[in-house]
Amino acid sequence: MRDDNGIEVEGLVREFKKGPRAVDGIDLVVAPGEIYGFLGPNGAGKSTTVHMLTTLLPPTEGTARVAGHDIVREGPAVRDAIGVALQEAALDQYLTAREHMRLQAGMHGIPKAEGLRRGDELIARVGLGDAADRKVGGYSGGMRRRLDLALALVHSPRILFLDEPTTGLDVQSRTALWDEVARLANDEGVTVFLTTQYLEEADSLADRVGIIDTGKIVAEGTPDSLKAEIGRPTVEAAPLEEGDMERMGAVLRRFGSPQRAERNHLAVRLDEGSAELADVVRALDADGISVQDLEIHAPTLDDVFLVKTGRRLEGAEKEAEEVEGETGELEAVPA
Amino acid sequence: MSVAAATLRAGLGGVNVGTLTQVGYLARRSITRTVRQPILIIPSLVFPLFLLAVNSSGLEAATLLPGFPTDSYLTFALGLTFMQGALFATMGAGQSIAGDIQHGFFNRLQLTPLRGPALIAGQLAGVTLQGLIQGVAYLIIALAFGAHLEAGPAGVPVLFALSALVGVAFGSLGLAIGLRTGNGEAVQGVFPLMFVLLFLSSGALPRDLIENDWFQFVATINPVSYLIEGFRSLFVTGWDGEALALAFGVALGVLAFGMWAATAALRGRMERT
Repeated sequence: MRDDNGIEVEGLVREFKKGPRAVDGIDLVVAPGEIYGFLGPNGAGKSTTVHMLTTLLPPTEGTARVAGHDIVREGPAVRDAIGVALQEAALDQYLTAREHMRLQAGMHGIPKAEGLRRGDELIARVGLGDAADRKVGGYSGGMRRRLDLALALVHSPRILFLDEPTTGLDVQSRTALWDEVARLANDEGVTVFLTTQYLEEADSLADRVGIIDTGKIVAEGTPDSLKAEIGRPTVEAAPLEEGDMERMGAVLRRFGSPQRAERNHLAVRLDEGSAELADVVRALDADGISVQDLEIHAPTLDDVFLVKTGRRLEGAEKEAEEVEGETGELEAVPA
Repeated sequence: MSVAAATLRAGLGGVNVGTLTQVGYLARRSITRTVRQPILIIPSLVFPLFLLAVNSSGLEAATLLPGFPTDSYLTFALGLTFMQGALFATMGAGQSIAGDIQHGFFNRLQLTPLRGPALIAGQLAGVTLQGLIQGVAYLIIALAFGAHLEAGPAGVPVLFALSALVGVAFGSLGLAIGLRTGNGEAVQGVFPLMFVLLFLSSGALPRDLIENDWFQFVATINPVSYLIEGFRSLFVTGWDGEALALAFGVALGVLAFGMWAATAALRGRMERT
């Protein structure tokens, strides 16, 4: 690999004692200047991957090069090239933002005057100018995240790793952080490796998305190409009378292939696209089935995750009550 | 990349940050944290002084024992007070690093060109300051209540030097425990064990006046006895070269062991490649 700002991963594995493989042989390539979204549920292996790529955790197997440097043999060179904001904003509640900056710059060997100037510039850029001399213990979650990002940038890294940077943030803070990440990639050419469990974040921010589940990458591509793989929209409906589930299933199957659905709902992916929705409604009406709920869904990254893993990404721990049999039959699970 | 960022990167080429520079930054952080957490210093000031008050009033009659080296139990008991302060330093240093590990700050430092010795030395700076603040407070309060410093004003810097050295030595032990466990509660769990060492020493009576054979034996092999006796010699005897040499020697020994243990624990904790 060239000495550039990209990331190349081959067969990366991390096993923990007495545990399953947290990361189970992943391969990926992130191009210089790209924003790569690593999407997956809790426990999928996102953070373990970040810890390995940032040299904090040696891999059990496999290789990876970050900014042209091997993560095992050239740890210091990798760390010099990267900025990292890990899952929890690791700040000292007794220090101010300016003191954090001074410490971070000093540890990176930036001369004092330059460190102070750079620190003030970054504090202002993330909108913490007014709070620069306040102890971090009094900061909100959004302020902590913004300071964490600023600290990751103090030595002007070429590659930025952000591990779930917006988890727990309000919409305003989340949007502000997205804007700054996009600006870094677009204006400064920083490569961004971003883990998230938010579909919207991956969809709107990432140039390409890798979907990880139980340590394996199950899909990869641009958000649009991944959704295009799923293609057609899904119609999801619930009968007013629970006893009509079977008849509703028979009607819906005439229009497309069965899909997983929410509790007491049935779903099919429409063979002919959204133009068929009116026909679906007419057919249900003709069979005398009263409808309690009917929705049409454009494909989302959640649908991609569902197709690839058989589970929904958000709220995956709440098992879908409606399951699809291997024969493609719609099976209603009682409430 | 912006021009400013490119310039900064060019200036950083081949970063090789000196250990002393890093010690300076980490020491500054450690001292700032200590100063901004008076609640951590207050127990280490109040508890030893409270015990000093209780002991000096309740055990004053011990001074009547033939061979007791002074007629003021307050003066005699001050060695124990200084030693107790050092044990609080153990807990402070250990909990500080354990908190850094638990809250991810340790990872932040690992992602910089951090050098292990710089982390250990920097972390101990706050403990040293705490030890000095405690030492000054113990001395002023004890003198105000009638204690006597037989070594005179020249003994004050020696007293503070020993106090700082013992604080750093036991602080390094706390650091080792904190690095090994990464858990503040585990560090606290070790604290009672340290107090056992304190009470099985010559803290309450001179070793030659302890009549119980096993207690006298344990107090004799307990290194804490020699540290207490070093402090005590400055208050009671004046200039006792042997007691001071033993105290500084034991403190240096504890420091050497603590640094070795902390370095080994740090090596295990820093998994970075």
